[in-house]
Amino acid sequence: MLIDIHAHFLHDRSPRTDWRERNASRLQAGERVGITVHVASILGSWGATSPIYFPSPADIQYGNDFLLNLQWSHPGRIRGYAVVNPNFQRHAQAELARCLDAGMIGIKLAASRRADDPLLDPICQVARERGVPVLHHIWQHRRRDYPGQEASDGAELGALAARHPEVSFLLAHIGGGGDWVHSLAAVRHLSNVYVDLSGSGVDGGMLEACLDAVGPERLLWGCDLTIDTGWAKLRYLEHLLSPADLELTAWRNAARIFPPSAFPSL
Amino acid sequence: MRTDVNCFVGAYPYRRVPGTSVESVLQAMDRVSVDQAWVSHLPSVFWRSPAEGNPWLREMAERHERLRPVLAVHPGLAGWEAVIRQAHDNDAPAVRCDPTYYSLDPAGSEMRSLVEACAAADVVLMLAVRLEDARQRHPNDRAAELPAAAVRSLIRVDPAARIIITHADRGFVEEVHFGSTPEESSRLWWDICWIWGPPEDHLQTLLQTVGAERFLFGTGQPLRLPETSVAKLDLLELSTDQRSAIESGNASTIDRQSLTRPSRRHRVSP
Repeated sequence: MLIDIHAHFLHDRSPRTDWRERNASRLQAGERVGITVHVASILGSWGATSPIYFPSPADIQYGNDFLLNLQWSHPGRIRGYAVVNPNFQRHAQAELARCLDAGMIGIKLAASRRADDPLLDPICQVARERGVPVLHHIWQHRRRDYPGQEASDGAELGALAARHPEVSFLLAHIGGGGDWVHSLAAVRHLSNVYVDLSGSGVDGGMLEACLDAVGPERLLWGCDLTIDTGWAKLRYLEHLLSPADLELTAWRNAARIFPPSAFPSL
Repeated sequence: MRTDVNCFVGAYPYRRVPGTSVESVLQAMDRVSVDQAWVSHLPSVFWRSPAEGNPWLREMAERHERLRPVLAVHPGLAGWEAVIRQAHDNDAPAVRCDPTYYSLDPAGSEMRSLVEACAAADVVLMLAVRLEDARQRHPNDRAAELPAAAVRSLIRVDPAARIIITHADRGFVEEVHFGSTPEESSRLWWDICWIWGPPEDHLQTLLQTVGAERFLFGTGQPLRLPETSVAKLDLLELSTDQRSAIESGNASTIDRQSLTRPSRRHRVSP
């Protein structure tokens, strides 16, 4: 059993003409690696008609619908995070209800609003009520504002997690660029924050630092945009962890924090 | 046979990196079935006189036949030509230069002289685009990344020049490859450590558009997990010949030792 808790799919209204090939490649590579379930999100139109990190309600709805269709066409193999933009609060609430009722198993917050902003509280309230985790896009140590996103870092996610201790938060892609040492220090004491290992970064020492900060009980395996780096981390973890602890990171932790019905193959 | 052309030993100044000792690197090579590594001395990348790390590197290579020394050369310091002679006389697989870390113009007169000298001595020059992701570098680690324009410029300096570029991504490779003549491109090689696999499939695309003969197995270890480059290849549908070429065959074609002397290489059991 292997759960990729950070996957993405593209769709026909994204700027990518090769969206079918990329989606197929993810599934094909997943088969080779042994990924049982891809837990995925679609960030609106991926920039085609609204910015990737500031998606419009219409684009969010189209992306979530596309993902629901993927979920239904690949039962057990693809599961979805409901994407919302907290700036459109009424839409976000309605979209969460619609998508979670339709079978999505988590909430994806990207970079439309800073993680410690009060606008995220009603969304976390839904996460608590529905028993689903929140995967939050993180820039590992944001030293300034970056164009195109209102990115958050580990400290800002930590502030949100402290306000919602009953919600599980996934600190996205520790290998996704930035100073991961800063992120680990910010969340190591927060038992409801899990570290998502995805990202193209494969720094020597990063996995050891993750284990030192949060232990195998709070690590979640994932790939994001690069399955090769995900597989490499998995292979290295086989040398660092006992088989039981490897199972925690590979799928048991995910099985614990997602809803009980999230993974039918379990 | 698997040859890692992009390997380091020694401490890194900007963050804690485990496994930088020679023994640890050898263990990591065993872990991912790397038979031989072309090794650079990591601390001296940041020294005022990077060549001062070369004696240690050569002694280390004498003691460990699986490790081949990539000697550092700073073409802005008097006497740098001696490094090229040492590399030639000792059949080093390459010399490396990190111009932006030395505050040299990466396509300036010193670098052009270095390319000419390497070409005259039939020594391969190794250049790194980067060592770490720009987004995570230490605030005081401010050396610029190697520009693609510099590589295009340097390969034109001498028709006998041969250059290995490490840590390049797909965009960089394409910009240089298709911004060079076929003859120029035939003297450039790329390590695969920074090129994305699926689902973006950058490496697969480059193998089709640029050609498998231009790529070398490299890891960037211990700054990067060496498992990554193996995983990239394991995710491709490669013929035995293609995989063998990338893993060692292409490196053999540019390694003077393998061309001129019987192999002394150690074979790792799978």
